[in-house]
Amino acid sequence: MATTYFTDDHEWLRVEGGIATVGITDYAQEQLGDLVFVELPEAGRKLAKGDVAVVVESVKAASDVYAPIDGEIVESNGALASDPALVNSAATGDGWLWKMKLSDESQLAGLLDEAGYKALIG
Amino acid sequence: MTGTDAKKLPLEDLHSAAGARFGAFAGWSMPLTYPAGVMAEHLHTRDHAGLFDISHMQLFEVAGPGAAALLAKACPLDAAALAERQSKYTFFLNEQAGIIDDLIVTRLEAERFMVVANAGNATVDEAHLRALAKDFDCTVTALDRVFLAIQGPEAEAALKQASIETGDLLFMHGFEPKKDWFMSRSGYTGEDGFEIGLPETDARKLLETLLADERVKWIGLAARDSLRLEAGLCLHGQDITPDIDPASAALMWAISKDLRTNGQFIGSDALRAILAKGPTEKRVGLKPQGRQPVRAGASLFDEAGNPAGRVTSGGFGPSAGSPVAMGYVSAPLASSGSKIFADVRGTKIPVDISSLPFTPHRYRKG
Repeated sequence: MATTYFTDDHEWLRVEGGIATVGITDYAQEQLGDLVFVELPEAGRKLAKGDVAVVVESVKAASDVYAPIDGEIVESNGALASDPALVNSAATGDGWLWKMKLSDESQLAGLLDEAGYKALIG
Repeated sequence: MTGTDAKKLPLEDLHSAAGARFGAFAGWSMPLTYPAGVMAEHLHTRDHAGLFDISHMQLFEVAGPGAAALLAKACPLDAAALAERQSKYTFFLNEQAGIIDDLIVTRLEAERFMVVANAGNATVDEAHLRALAKDFDCTVTALDRVFLAIQGPEAEAALKQASIETGDLLFMHGFEPKKDWFMSRSGYTGEDGFEIGLPETDARKLLETLLADERVKWIGLAARDSLRLEAGLCLHGQDITPDIDPASAALMWAISKDLRTNGQFIGSDALRAILAKGPTEKRVGLKPQGRQPVRAGASLFDEAGNPAGRVTSGGFGPSAGSPVAMGYVSAPLASSGSKIFADVRGTKIPVDISSLPFTPHRYRKG
């Protein structure tokens, strides 16, 4: 059973079997506007919480997406290379950004649940 | 969100009601996007009619027997040779031939001109005009107007529907259709279109009709920027500044051959010196290869890795369907076929020198 967490940087993580699928929230994609490019990370890259994992580019600006937790990239969403707008149309589904193997699951305790995130964005 | 000291547009309530997201630009709180989003807004303008609130821009009336002479001093422009209703794209230059601001000047009558200036430079422009006006027999009046642009292939039809006759007005012509109104066939999107300065009450009335027309949609500043970039048009403060002259900016088309040789405008000597030597760098269109946008501030390099210039505007062109940019490169590299690269977060992206505009202009010239 997967558990979904959120961050106050407007990311979501779906964690199952020690692997987190990470994306940005619908609120975040709405703030960014139409995405035209996603700079995806290579598999095998090690990330510490707070490192820039992905850069998403809208018509107007480039924005960093941070690793919400320590871990190692196992896969990035190749479909975004040809269709970055998937992040706009399906932020929490087909528009996921990367999957990472968690190195310290205890860090999950510091993240928000859905109710907490909803309260944050008001 | 914007700072509390940002100036508010007179029609801000209408933008809020339309669901605008606001952001700060040139000291103003401006609608950046509406719920349709920048991509849809951009394409709507190219296909139908985009409506822009550009009331942040400043209209100046320069009037009196010395008006033409003042403008011929302040700008590389033979203002006395303009026909009534004729508009010209020109600049205020400093003594070094740097561009203080870029402007549209329209002759309204023999001794009366309209000057349309950028928001961010309005204060500097006004002080500059007033200082010059002391030596010429004329007055400078900053006009308090709502200023709207309607741009796109259906702009003319939409205005007609709203009982605004555009008649035989051609691109880069303007006149005063009613008291305190100024309308010109011009714009900053590369499309046919009109810019209308008018009192707020008249503007609200006109907008009731225009916004009821499904061909017409509000367009925010984000799409205004992508439209003007695709059209190869400069944004002052970014692509042109007081440190950049018209020759380097590839804007010499705006200065007649006679004025280049004989003009006595401010900065004329400096400009002639630059032209005699040739500018050291030139503004060019830049087309990044691939999908990744290259943005303002990115450094450019030649094949050997030597600094070659900088990007001054860049983003994604929704109509071009690819990233588009412009910037300055050292003069020997400013021709198509040069191999240059942009540094984006440490990655060198190959960039082609491109002719401008990226999307063809569709002005109504006759």
